[in-house]
Amino acid sequence: MAKTTTSPVRTGLVHLALLSYTLIALFPVFLTVINSFKDRASIFRDPLGLPTPSVFSLVGYETVLKQGDFMLYFQNSFIVTAVSIFFVLLFGAMAAFALSEYRFRGNTLMGLYLALGIMIPIRLGTVAILQGMVAAGLVNTLTALILVYTAQGLPLAVFILTEFMRTVSDDLKNAGRIDGLSEYSIFFRLVLPLIRPAMATVAVFTMIPIWNDLWFPLILAPSDATKTITLGSQVFIGQFVTNWNAVLAALTLAIVPVLVLYLIFSRQLIRGITAGAVK
Amino acid sequence: MGSLKIENIVKSFGQVDVLKGIDLEVKDGEFVIFVGPSGCGKSTLLRIIAGLEDATSGEILIDGKKVNNTPPAKRGIAMVFQTYALYPHLSVRDNMGLGLKQAGKPAEEIKERTKVASSMLSLDDYLERRPSELSGGQRQRVAIGRAIVREPKLFLFDEPLSNLDAALRVNTRLEIARLHRQLNATMIYVTHDQVEAMTLADKIVVLNKGKIEQVGSPMELYNAPQTVFVAGFIGSPQMNLIDAAKLGQSDAKTIGIRPEHIQVSPTSGEWKGSVIHVEHLGADTIIYLQTDFGPLTVRLFGEHQYEVDGILYATPDAGRTYRFDSEGQVLKS
Repeated sequence: MAKTTTSPVRTGLVHLALLSYTLIALFPVFLTVINSFKDRASIFRDPLGLPTPSVFSLVGYETVLKQGDFMLYFQNSFIVTAVSIFFVLLFGAMAAFALSEYRFRGNTLMGLYLALGIMIPIRLGTVAILQGMVAAGLVNTLTALILVYTAQGLPLAVFILTEFMRTVSDDLKNAGRIDGLSEYSIFFRLVLPLIRPAMATVAVFTMIPIWNDLWFPLILAPSDATKTITLGSQVFIGQFVTNWNAVLAALTLAIVPVLVLYLIFSRQLIRGITAGAVK
Repeated sequence: MGSLKIENIVKSFGQVDVLKGIDLEVKDGEFVIFVGPSGCGKSTLLRIIAGLEDATSGEILIDGKKVNNTPPAKRGIAMVFQTYALYPHLSVRDNMGLGLKQAGKPAEEIKERTKVASSMLSLDDYLERRPSELSGGQRQRVAIGRAIVREPKLFLFDEPLSNLDAALRVNTRLEIARLHRQLNATMIYVTHDQVEAMTLADKIVVLNKGKIEQVGSPMELYNAPQTVFVAGFIGSPQMNLIDAAKLGQSDAKTIGIRPEHIQVSPTSGEWKGSVIHVEHLGADTIIYLQTDFGPLTVRLFGEHQYEVDGILYATPDAGRTYRFDSEGQVLKS
């Protein structure tokens, strides 16, 4: 076995740094989850305590589920996130294919223009977006959210996917052309399967901000029928009284679907990486 | 069927002219090899013939029909790539059959043709495998099989052996030569390896800086190079190119003499030199000499023992030297 030259001290320090970062990142999540299983008094008395049998309570979850609309909020969040990811990946990959594959005048300029959105936050345009949605009659629809989120996710998707598509072998695409595949078949059947790891990365980066967003649901779709889970949780936060049990329970539940989606995509990611390694 | 004519092909990428007016004719059944250093435009020319690039100007005719605006799939060509370019998600069988399937051929015919090609290349045992489960040599055979199945007018090979290791390269080279005899098809082959060019071609096209330097059979290029470039490019080890002024010859710019056309003697000869290095290859011995007019390579057949730093006298074979003018063109003697 090859002996590496890294000293145990250095390895220890690296692990220490990574572990402390992990702890810092996970601590709020941990706090949210444990407190969601406690009764109200013990949340305040001992916020760091674990939900022992004496203080265990599901009152938060009962409130949330009794509220009734929560399933709908979940569904809204899910639809908005899934559809947005789909469009971001589809349009992002298409734009990236055009930018990486075809030589045309203004190619670089177009690439820069499409990537500009990474640097300019979409929220700066909120007023104009709202006016546009009002004019189009899309206020209080999920469509409005999907459109905004697709626009929000595209710049990064185009940027990342363009770089990845440049790495796909030209010979392969040319072989397809000689065999009579159309440009669409080349894109869908040859190129997309090869850049699946990159698509998974983009999906994860796109998904999390959309799922967590409070801003656009609040402004564009605050009606009860179109609330997302993040917005829905806010009903328990009042100006004077906040139902902490319910808020924490709602947030804990909100973690679950996004965690599942993340696991699906990250497995794709890992599979892509190992497939490349053993080639 | 299977002739190709290229008329005054020019290709520019922006300001850079990659091909500067190429004229060429390939007869039916010929094996033509484009050879040249990297960046000479040989791959670009092949891609223009395939239709994967557009020529800036000029005409391409396959079987007398102008194909400038015909898409690659309709040109009646098949191409084998350096990187194999097999479809990773398809089995060997489907890789070979895809072109015919896209052309709307019946399943029976596809099966039949795939079978013929796979037995020709001894791929019968691998038909259900994915490309990732094959070795490099097998992958390249599948790529060749994919070309055969299409029964094209023109086979195009883009450096097909460059990714194979040395032993496999020789085997695959023989295979391609055998296929050419068997199929009697027109083949155009791009390589930077002059050994491949010499061993396979009916006709070699030497390209340099976007222009054709010389077209001819392998032996024509070896025995009668028209330019200094061809003289230096064809033959291994490279021809000795000596500044004529240093040899006291004023009517030429450069004198060329192949390493195998020089005799050495420890006692007397035309040029005196000291041995810098000796390479023993078994069948050949290659001696590097330092002379008054610069380095000189000598190739002797068989085994010879010479000491480094020893003095040797070299004598060129009569009538085997070439003279080139300042433009690099050969001078008739």
